Amino acid sequence: MIRYLIKRLVLAVLAMVAVSVLTFLLFFAVPTSPAYVMCGKQCTAHDIAQTEQRLGLDQPIVVQYADFMKGIVAGRTYGSGELAVHCDAPCLGFSFRTNEPVTSILARTVPATTSIVVGATVIQLVVGVGLGMVSALRRGTAFDRAAVGTSLVGASMQIYFFGPILLLLLVYQLHVLPTPGYTSPLADPGMWFEQMLLPWLTLGFLNSAIFARLSRAQMLETLAEDFVRTARAKGLSRWRVYARHALRAAITPIVTTAGLYLGAALGGAVITETVFGVNGLGRASVDAVNQLNLPVVMATVLLAAFFIIVMNVVVDMLYSVIDPRVRLG
Amino acid sequence: MTATASSAATSGVADDRPYLEVDDLRVQFKTEDGIVRAVDGISFALPRGRTLGIVGESGSGKSVTSLTVMGLHNAARTRITGSIKLDGREIVGLDDEQVRRMRGRDVAMIFQDPLSALHPYYTIGKQISEAYLVHHPGRKAEARKRAIEMLDRVGIPQPKKRADQYPHEFSGGMRQRAMIAMALVNDPSLLIADEPTTALDVTVQAQILDLLEDLQREFNSAIIMITHDLGVVSQVADEVMVMYGGHAIEFGSVEQVLRSPQHPYAWGLLQSVPSLRGNAEEDLDPIPGSPPSLINLPSGCAFHPRCAYKMVGGGPCDLEVPELLPTADAGHVVACHLPENERRRVYEEEIKLGAAQ
Ligand SMILES: Nc1ncnc2c1ncn2[C@@H]1O[C@H](COP(=O)(O)OP(=O)(O)O)[C@@H](O)[C@H]1O
Ligand code: SF4
Ligand SMILES: [Mg+2]
Repeated sequence: MIRYLIKRLVLAVLAMVAVSVLTFLLFFAVPTSPAYVMCGKQCTAHDIAQTEQRLGLDQPIVVQYADFMKGIVAGRTYGSGELAVHCDAPCLGFSFRTNEPVTSILARTVPATTSIVVGATVIQLVVGVGLGMVSALRRGTAFDRAAVGTSLVGASMQIYFFGPILLLLLVYQLHVLPTPGYTSPLADPGMWFEQMLLPWLTLGFLNSAIFARLSRAQMLETLAEDFVRTARAKGLSRWRVYARHALRAAITPIVTTAGLYLGAALGGAVITETVFGVNGLGRASVDAVNQLNLPVVMATVLLAAFFIIVMNVVVDMLYSVIDPRVRLG
Repeated sequence: MTATASSAATSGVADDRPYLEVDDLRVQFKTEDGIVRAVDGISFALPRGRTLGIVGESGSGKSVTSLTVMGLHNAARTRITGSIKLDGREIVGLDDEQVRRMRGRDVAMIFQDPLSALHPYYTIGKQISEAYLVHHPGRKAEARKRAIEMLDRVGIPQPKKRADQYPHEFSGGMRQRAMIAMALVNDPSLLIADEPTTALDVTVQAQILDLLEDLQREFNSAIIMITHDLGVVSQVADEVMVMYGGHAIEFGSVEQVLRSPQHPYAWGLLQSVPSLRGNAEEDLDPIPGSPPSLINLPSGCAFHPRCAYKMVGGGPCDLEVPELLPTADAGHVVACHLPENERRRVYEEEIKLGAAQ
């Protein structure tokens, strides 16, 4: 078990390094010099050279990578003398366009995104998995058919279609909800909840459809397993057979999917934030791309990759808790 | 072995009344393709301490029969008629909850593949104690003690340690022993073993059968041994029922059915068994053709399309379903249109030399 975990962590770190190298290389493939973009309209060759120097863009790529990594660990200073800007550790780059370290942008936007993703995930697990399980147990009934039909519609629905309809209806027509946005739950938990509700419902319900279908299929498959028949042959009550024997086995692949789906939920969050005008990481990175604000784009790509890798490790660990064959193998 | 088992049956329990009585049992499944008549009118009786072997090719309705006795079919999609009495109590038509209380306590079952039949995420000890706890609620410590006792009883070394291991840490034979321990933890009066040795290699197979015989002697339970292997039947059974297409086509003591079978299908089975023919793997004769569809059974004798002795063309075999009728030998019944003396002659002259011993 310990050896398995160590192996898994080492792999995760290696993956992280590989992703950072790749991301770095990718940004060198961008045809425009970041310095040129930052410099604005009237820019002399001298200005560009100066900016490039400040950013360290005149250094060989290996040195730049080393500087970047060092910045994460120890912070770094861009330029020298009067123009010098300092970026505290962990420094993920500096946004000259907005004149702040990238980490400040992240600190401002990550809470909103986290709120959306976590809330939507809770909904998709409770509603989606619950619906799927119940319809598997009531297979062939009216409930099952309704659930299957609804989830089919939900799974093929898009946020940018469903979102605006809800927005129009609940916010602008019926006025039951405030305009979505982000208020810190520490400052005003009620407001936080009300403003987040729409993004949660939209993203959560659409993802629920996928989880309902997955859970239903998984549960039906498990119910046909020999060990479920054994459990019934022992004389266990129906409820116990479902909860202790079938559910326990069916939940494993659902956990995996849920973990990996958090990565996809990040993607969903980008669209959700755009649709509802929430200032989150997704929106910040879309803005950064539009403005070719490369340090920000790069930091968000790295952050997303980091998040997905961490989720993979978490899923593997959960897996080993659930399945003794992994734990002991 | 038969002698021991039958003496146990007469001495162990006061009454000779059968523990299990099945009468004209029919089981049908509604499917999209039509009605599957998986079991079509079978009857038998089995006292404590005795073993009934049910043989037949796959798809002949053996498992469906046993699952019906366990009450394990989905009531919504299954039609069951006839009668199944356990210790005199009718269970066909009994409500779910009452049947559930009997499952695992009065009747227990072991399955073909112990790896898939055990839950991968629970320890062996937990799974056995759970079987005990359902019928003895609240007695946790006792359940664990019982589990370890049973593991020991079925010949698993270091039962205390093994109880805390998972199924995947057991070998195939040990898993089947654990399965048997789980089935016997409540001391059931009837044990149904559905192909319990099919997934195991030959040496382990023999050990498991020996173990079952030992346990039967000790607990005086009735056993239904389902198998397609006549070798297994000859080792453990007292009586044998041969099934084909959901029907019983021959029934008798193990001597009657294995030493002087009278049904052409039983001859076919006998000729396709390597273990009864020494090392004659090269001249095995599997029964030509394939098992019938249970949705659309052949007319008359269901075996007639594959039978080398059929009488067709105005003859009865493709027109009339043969009834299970007594033979000159008391207790031996056969469903075949061939006259009895003809069946005896064919067996003696054409079949016996090649098969048996
Ligand atoms: N739940 C079910 N629904 C429909 N058909 C079934 C069901 N269970 C078994 N059958 C069919 O009944 C027939 C007998 O099956 P079974 O008793 O498992 O055969 P075997 O003798 O190999 O144990 C097979 O044709 C099988 O397909
Ligand atoms: S009834 Fe006819 S077809 Fe059927 S087994 Fe006997 S001889 Fe063969
Ligand atoms: Mg079977």
